[in-house]
Amino acid sequence: MSEAIRGVVVTHADLAAALVAAVRAITGDEGGLVAMSNAGTDRAALARLIGEAAGPAPAPVLVFTDLVGGSCTAAAATVARERSGMRVVSGVNLGMLLDFVFHREEPLDAAAARAVAAGRDAVREVGR
Amino acid sequence: MSVALYRIDDRLIHGQVVVGWGQSVAAGFIALVDDAIRASDWERELYRMGVPASVEVRFAGVAEAAAQAPAWEAEPRSGIVLTADIATMAALCAAAPSVRRVNVGGIHFRPGRKERLRFVYLADEEAAALRALAATGVTVTAQDVPTAAPVPLEAFT
Repeated sequence: MSEAIRGVVVTHADLAAALVAAVRAITGDEGGLVAMSNAGTDRAALARLIGEAAGPAPAPVLVFTDLVGGSCTAAAATVARERSGMRVVSGVNLGMLLDFVFHREEPLDAAAARAVAAGRDAVREVGR
Repeated sequence: MSVALYRIDDRLIHGQVVVGWGQSVAAGFIALVDDAIRASDWERELYRMGVPASVEVRFAGVAEAAAQAPAWEAEPRSGIVLTADIATMAALCAAAPSVRRVNVGGIHFRPGRKERLRFVYLADEEAAALRALAATGVTVTAQDVPTAAPVPLEAFT
């Protein structure tokens, strides 16, 4: 079993806090996810905050961001390029995070791939 | 004029630019003017990553951008030109006299800067640099998203 992965959710406005609160309400998870907003930050400042939230390398960290072309993703990718043990998945949704908190002890690469799959699987047309 | 927006934004290509302004002006290209990013394969790839395939992303140093500006403005497609800071935009304006309007879209807090607008923090010398740019005949306004009203320079410097 691998060391538990820390999840850091980085989004525009208050989306991350709302997603983490929803995960907590549904699962009771406490502490598996950290929420961050890009509000008021340039890319360098946001990268610094993400690095602080991740903690020291090489402890495993999976960063979830909202928009593939957004500042959160750019900042996270910049940190991940320099820090070992960090992967970034964009397009975060509630289904992705719910799956993640129950699989935090998977190897990091597998967890990143799993998050992508879970996020995609959560998007469906329903009712027809 | 084909360049719909000359924008100073320290986040460069990000959500407000790609989704907000990109949709609003029906951007066919985004030109990112930054000497360091122009020289970095990895950063160019990073900034290209989230832009729809229908929007061409161009990278240029200041001198290249100044040389290209007349061609960009003659294109049938609408475009957005970005710099991360005031100094780069001022250098572009000095070298490309056809640039007559500058949008201050996002300059975030750093030590030494004061809040001028929710999305604009400036040190005194940066405010002076914007006023100097305006004194050359360039219209400078602040506006983060297309649905907001542009704020005249005098109201935030």
